[in-house]
Amino acid sequence: MRVELTGRRKERENLLIQVARASGQNIAKCYQCGKCTAGCPVAVEMDIPPHQVMRLLQLGLKDEVLDSSAIWLCASCATCTARCPRDIDIAAVMDALRARAGREGRTRSAKTIALFHDIFLNAIQKHGRVFELGLAINYNLKTGNLFKDADLGRVYFTRGKIGLKAPKIKGGDEVRRIFQKVKQMEAGE
Amino acid sequence: MPRIGVFVCWCGSNIGGVLDCPQLAREAASFPGVVYSVDYKYMCSEPGQNLIIEAIKEHRLDRVVVASCSPRLHEETFRKALARAGLNPYLLEMANLREHCSWVHAKEPEKAQVKAVDLVRRAVAKAALLQPLVSSQIPVTKRCLVIGGGIAGIQCALDIADAGHEVILVEREPTIGGNMVKLDKTFPTLDCSACISTPKMVAVASHPNIKLYTYAEVAEIGGYIGNFKVKIKQKARYVDHDKCTGCGTCWEKCPSKVPDDFNGGLGTRKAIYIPFPQAVPNKPVIDANHCRVFNNKKCRVCEKLCPTGAIDYEQQDTFIDEEVGAIVVATGYELFDWTKAYGEYGYGMYPDVITGLQFERLVNAAGPTGGKIKRPSDGKEPKTVVFVKCVGSRDEAKGKSYCSRVCCMYTAKHAHQLLEKVPDSQAYIFYMDVRTPGKGYEEFYQRTVQDGAIYVRGRVSKIYQSGDKLVVRGADTLLGRPVEVKADMVVLATAMQPAAGVETTARLVGAPVDQDGFIQEAHPKLRPVETHTAGVYVAGCCQGPKDIPDTVAQASGAAAKVVGLLSHSKMSTSAMISTVNEALCTGCMLCEPVCPYKAIEPKVITERLPGQPPRERTVAAVNSGLCQGCGCCNVACRPGAIQVKGFTNEQMLAEVDAICL
Amino acid sequence: MKYAYYPGCSLHATAKEFDASSRVVSRSLGIELEEIEDWSCCGATSAHATNHFLSIALPARNLALAARMGLDVAAPCAACYNRLAGANKVMRNDKEMRRKVNDVIGAEYHGEVTVKSLLEVFASVERERISSQVVKPLNNLKIACYYGCLLVRPPAVTGFDDPEQPVTMDRILQICGAETLEWGYKTECCGASLGLSREPVALRLVHDILRMAVDAGADCLACACPLCQSNLDARQEHVNRAFGTKFKVPVFYFTQLIGLAMGISSRDLKVHSHFVDTSKVLQAIG
Repeated sequence: MRVELTGRRKERENLLIQVARASGQNIAKCYQCGKCTAGCPVAVEMDIPPHQVMRLLQLGLKDEVLDSSAIWLCASCATCTARCPRDIDIAAVMDALRARAGREGRTRSAKTIALFHDIFLNAIQKHGRVFELGLAINYNLKTGNLFKDADLGRVYFTRGKIGLKAPKIKGGDEVRRIFQKVKQMEAGE
Repeated sequence: MPRIGVFVCWCGSNIGGVLDCPQLAREAASFPGVVYSVDYKYMCSEPGQNLIIEAIKEHRLDRVVVASCSPRLHEETFRKALARAGLNPYLLEMANLREHCSWVHAKEPEKAQVKAVDLVRRAVAKAALLQPLVSSQIPVTKRCLVIGGGIAGIQCALDIADAGHEVILVEREPTIGGNMVKLDKTFPTLDCSACISTPKMVAVASHPNIKLYTYAEVAEIGGYIGNFKVKIKQKARYVDHDKCTGCGTCWEKCPSKVPDDFNGGLGTRKAIYIPFPQAVPNKPVIDANHCRVFNNKKCRVCEKLCPTGAIDYEQQDTFIDEEVGAIVVATGYELFDWTKAYGEYGYGMYPDVITGLQFERLVNAAGPTGGKIKRPSDGKEPKTVVFVKCVGSRDEAKGKSYCSRVCCMYTAKHAHQLLEKVPDSQAYIFYMDVRTPGKGYEEFYQRTVQDGAIYVRGRVSKIYQSGDKLVVRGADTLLGRPVEVKADMVVLATAMQPAAGVETTARLVGAPVDQDGFIQEAHPKLRPVETHTAGVYVAGCCQGPKDIPDTVAQASGAAAKVVGLLSHSKMSTSAMISTVNEALCTGCMLCEPVCPYKAIEPKVITERLPGQPPRERTVAAVNSGLCQGCGCCNVACRPGAIQVKGFTNEQMLAEVDAICL
Repeated sequence: MKYAYYPGCSLHATAKEFDASSRVVSRSLGIELEEIEDWSCCGATSAHATNHFLSIALPARNLALAARMGLDVAAPCAACYNRLAGANKVMRNDKEMRRKVNDVIGAEYHGEVTVKSLLEVFASVERERISSQVVKPLNNLKIACYYGCLLVRPPAVTGFDDPEQPVTMDRILQICGAETLEWGYKTECCGASLGLSREPVALRLVHDILRMAVDAGADCLACACPLCQSNLDARQEHVNRAFGTKFKVPVFYFTQLIGLAMGISSRDLKVHSHFVDTSKVLQAIG
């Protein structure tokens, strides 16, 4: 499909400002050298490689980016950030994009990954710490893949590495307050 | 009372299209001291100048105000017109109606008119206080110092010497020739670099007007344009070059092997050595850091074998004083040290990841492999070679933000040479942009593509060793996919940076460097071979990255400037320089440290006041050869004793009053 | 040397051996670890992939607890270390975020503690102190030190070792007598964060790392991250199934290997609780 570039100036500028606010990064600096894509461990699995994510943002084509699987596949290894010749923290940009896509419920392209983050954070919210057995069971229940990694779980369990009881901390209320604040902030946006 | 004439210029529609020039001239007639005012279409034209000259004579004008463009453009023009009318040229004041008014306020002509009146009133107020000024004459030493004996220094020295002036060429290495002589072939014509540069080296050595100091450094520079005093340090060679015949016995028999810098560390040389067979001079030096004798070991082999007794382990550094009228800085470049910055390429731990300059030595018939392309680790002929561009260039995170300008072309040349010399070879070139702005350059690049070189648009993210291959991970941004090449050798096109020690040289000659350490030219377009210090010029890569044609052109340009300066035995200094009112000067010398040109020195005068015995006291004195009239001293002077001629406190306050009151 | 010890969730569960070996080896080296009472999860990848505020506030609560103890923080887990250090930097430099976070966690924290990874803490121990306790030098062992991502990247947050060619772990294990290998995958990502949600991706990355280590001649891998360890160790069988390989590369925590060299019992170091059989390596040490 031909991309219509005419007259998107306002959208482009707004997007640059939004990305800068959410990630502290200036996308306009990117000169498309591709070093991020070259070093990215998961670029081959991405629908849009990292340098093209940056390019789409530069052109103001945000929907394509927010609906991509790339932003969810990003393993947050920060190889791109460490090697970017323009000193752009690309991993931070990916974080900001994921956060926004998650907020807007645009997780269709990578449901399981988004789901995992959801369950993980719910566990923290509930217990203050992560309860691995609960996490795995919950994840498998929700994905319908009941025996995913069951072999691993069995070994972990027999070696006493996974408890049956969820951990509990005294400061649970403080942790819950953090999550409440997040909800308030998101509602305010 | 002065008799001032005001001349308002239209500059065609540049000024006349915005301002009402006739009205301006009428208004100017009412300003104090103005006896004549007129407007004209082009005041700088021949009839315009004649108009001024006629008016001066007819109306007995003794001060002139020209309201036109920036004085940077036409002040000299109008000063000459005044002189032709028999008036001191410094009795001119300009009002800048174009850059300061009509151009910037084109959309609000009414307000512009008001401002223009103010500008003219200001100029008239100052003109009333102008004094005639004369410039003084200083002698010019007809000799030039050229610092650096690479192709820039060589070309510059030859051009000046051919014009009949003496040149002192100082080179810190044991030979002249610089980086160019290390190259194999030169783009885009592929002529042999040594074949075109070594004859020039010989020409330098044999030129009657050139005095060559190799293995020497400039230690001190004093004085000013036309009259520099230079101290040169001749480093001890431990070989008496008057006795030495360059027979070569010493370096053949020397037992100490040292990594060879000339070959980029790819081969070895001896501790007593000439850098390469065509070195100029063709006589050796002893590298004291590696010589056994200097490391308290038994040896003295060279001394025993030298047929002329030229070896002298006791030789000391010596200092030579020279006087010159001009200086050219041509200290060249070195490669950015990628091994300290690029961990993702292995920090230099993989022997088969080399630089472009090392590749030059590998393909050079006089190089360590005799011109056979062999990789350093095991001497095998590499079939698959990856060339990585912009290593250190265009990389503000790890190197330099600038483009080094030559890498695109020499990488195309390297790929071409590989494909030509190694059967069944494959060249992969990772690039961000291919920049070929030069005669025949784009054609050369296209030819390399036709040769079969594969250009991949993307930066390389990582290089690592896997077995006897180097795995190169990059991206093809045109495909939008990560790519990988299993290479036998990798050549990095590393950035050019100013040669080590450029800051020291810059400080010695008093020329500032830019943010990347290159010598700052006086104006990027109109004064590209001059520096901010009068009499000091610049040529070659110490001013910025450039290729050989540009370097040679700039060197000849600098030579032309030097020849222009040295063609006079005397030169006039600027008339608008600082002057000290000794009666007011308290000798506090606060002006001395603020002077950027080291033009102020203390001086003892004898003062005779009526009824008192004579007494001595210190006052500031300005060297008219060094002073550039910048005014820093004026600001620092508390009693107001030091002032810039043509910009006195009285004159400037009159201007302020004219605008503000 | 005394530190506020932040074990993190993994070290209380799947990485119990990292916890145990960290504590016992630290004690031998004269490093006192006092566990932060009532610590909570740092939020790991899920927090910073979801919400910036969350990714700062969750670690900040723990940092504030450490500040109350008056101690700097030592975290063995690379992921926890990365999150704590990153959040600490924000708490130190970003006034607005600091105010918001302190408001919610009810603290007055300004980034005053220093966050170190346990590897970094060990690196500051004098060589002599370690070498003098080596009773069973790892002479017969070729180790590929695997640093992964979060220990060394992004360099603006980590910074104690080189992001491309780190050496800290190598140097410590060399003091213990081991031969550490130069190999190209020291800092390649293993994809642990995708282990559950996109296993094929993780398997490919694990496979490549194991392949490189084996090709370099490694007897075992050493690592400093429970996510890397469980990904490289526990998924090795899955890799073999997916790629038809026969990898059996033990993956140790660096603390376990130091402990073995110091003659600490394998039971205390829990070296038998790994997926891949470690007995061969243990025999080689003797």
